[in-house]
Amino acid sequence: MSTLEIKDLHVSIETEQGTKEILKGVSLTIRTGETHAIMGPNGSGKSTLASTIAGHPRYTVTGGSITLDGEDVLEMSVDERARAGVFLAMQYPVEVPGVTMTNFLRTAKTAIDGEAPKLRTWTKDVKDAMGKLRIDADFAQRNVNEGFSGGEKKRVEILQLELFKPKFAVLDETDSGLDVDALKIVSEGVNRAHSEGNMGTLLITHYTRILRYIKPDFVHVFVDGQVVEEGGPELADRLEEEGYDRYAKGAGTAAAPAAAQA
Amino acid sequence: MTAEATTEKARIGAPSIAGFTEEGEHLVASKVDRHHSHGTQVMASRAERITSHDVADFALPNGREEEWRFTPVRELANLLSDTPSDAGALGVTVEGPDSFVQGALRAGEAPRGATLVPADRAAVVASANVEEAQLIRIPADAELDQPVRVVITGNGAGRRTNTHHVIEAGANSRAVVILEHDGSADHNGNVEVFVREGAHLTVVSVQLWEDDARHLAQHDAEVSKDAVYKHIAVTLGGKIVRLNSNVRFAGEGADAELLGLYFADAGQHLEHRSFVDHNLANCKSNVLYKGALQGKGAHTVWVGDVLIQKQAEGTDSYEKNQNLVLTDGCRADSVPNLEIETGLIEGAGHASATGRFDDEHLFYLMARGIPEDVARRLVVRGFLNEIIQQIKVPALEERLTEAVERELAATEN
Repeated sequence: MSTLEIKDLHVSIETEQGTKEILKGVSLTIRTGETHAIMGPNGSGKSTLASTIAGHPRYTVTGGSITLDGEDVLEMSVDERARAGVFLAMQYPVEVPGVTMTNFLRTAKTAIDGEAPKLRTWTKDVKDAMGKLRIDADFAQRNVNEGFSGGEKKRVEILQLELFKPKFAVLDETDSGLDVDALKIVSEGVNRAHSEGNMGTLLITHYTRILRYIKPDFVHVFVDGQVVEEGGPELADRLEEEGYDRYAKGAGTAAAPAAAQA
Repeated sequence: MTAEATTEKARIGAPSIAGFTEEGEHLVASKVDRHHSHGTQVMASRAERITSHDVADFALPNGREEEWRFTPVRELANLLSDTPSDAGALGVTVEGPDSFVQGALRAGEAPRGATLVPADRAAVVASANVEEAQLIRIPADAELDQPVRVVITGNGAGRRTNTHHVIEAGANSRAVVILEHDGSADHNGNVEVFVREGAHLTVVSVQLWEDDARHLAQHDAEVSKDAVYKHIAVTLGGKIVRLNSNVRFAGEGADAELLGLYFADAGQHLEHRSFVDHNLANCKSNVLYKGALQGKGAHTVWVGDVLIQKQAEGTDSYEKNQNLVLTDGCRADSVPNLEIETGLIEGAGHASATGRFDDEHLFYLMARGIPEDVARRLVVRGFLNEIIQQIKVPALEERLTEAVERELAATEN
């Protein structure tokens, strides 16, 4: 079993108005086999948490730690984190010029595993995984994400999740922009990765509807860069009914300790 | 973009580059305009450009002339002067299968000068200062199983050299001729190509110069009835390289492809110009140049002229330039010019796209475990491979792929 531990994480970004603190002390512990949902309104810092775990250069960690089985993740470069077993399914996957999906998937798999996959089984694995995610076979010869629709890009993210078999998957609003059918397909993919491998999942979402297909063990509510409430799956049901409004006041009080620290 | 854009891409077999700014259109008979140009100034027709064998017809350029405006002419004084080659400044070796013929052609000795009429100062002084042009003739009906390889080696920076090669592919012959440039020199190289009836000829000009070489070149080809000509310029080395690749037709049903690949590093000026003169009916042409740029002051230029003359009915023509900018501080100039004098054509289109490989692309690939150097290599190799794979000489393709990767490694260190 592996553990991804986030302790008192503070993260800021540079804006034209100067440095802005986005995460104001976040602590979370995720073990393989667990699914954690992080829910919260727009602008609460959910995606910042996802990008910070993956090591996006835009985000500066000003305090706290992220460790994977005790290893300091913040010391690792972006590619080292991926090779250590952290996978980020991106909210806005970019189009990469000049690189076919086939070439990209094989290169990444080779980098992650430290050796080239066996050609025959790999080709079959890719084909099967694409089939299950209803991705057309001709996507393999297209450039990475080039000309893919929003839903196709998300499916291709989950394709990678299934093929790379990470220890921890961070899904950054994978559900946004998906219709119900696509949401089901994507959720099945995540559930397969869960049941096949020993994976911990951090599911970041604004809406509860994806939680009908992917059952979380824990739900954390994020407001203004902090976790304001934690609970089991029943918390998601409450959010479905009540929304985030009741945290609006809470956000005010939550901001107080951050201000005191500043 | 419209369905027309899709058609363009399908025609050329070139995937567009995501995130690229793209300019292009597909002109058909119904909406043809004359003097179709995207330059920053209105230009005279390409047909009016002076060509002459007489040095006196070309003054020294000052850099304000249309055809020199992108070029650092101040650094080219040695190349533009009417002077012979420095003794021993250049070594030329030719190798290949037994079935081709070598010879020498003095000025006025046919076919020398029949197709290549100098179009600028560099070409005219080169022409005037080459006593004997080197002839490479592929006999009619010969099918060469190996390429003819001409290695042109400069023996020192700043040393003036002039060459003129005449390549004649006899009727229905099949051949590949490779011109390789290495070492260093101030080199003026003219290349004159005849592709006789039904012949298939590929000419690959590879510039692997050292960093202090300067090279100006005019490559002119005449393509006869039902012949297929492919010219591929590959420019990786040199401080300044300016290569003009021109083609016109001597019979209907001819097909010309002008391709190019360049990779400019800090301080390099790599300029490619192409001119397809559709002077006869029912010929096809396709122009595709792809370039990568990295490092401060890397400058590339592509100017693609296509002229479809009044009598050239049934012409099918397309041209495209794509640039991939890898770092800050680079400049890629790209100017497609299309002039159409008849509406009775199959098609004529052009496109130009310049995009960059940025931090988000890099982050995406690295977030999948791919180290930075591998990620860059993956993208650039994929982008440039479209040209390299057209060479179809495996040994050369391999060497060029390695050379491209050395270019990439140079910036990483």
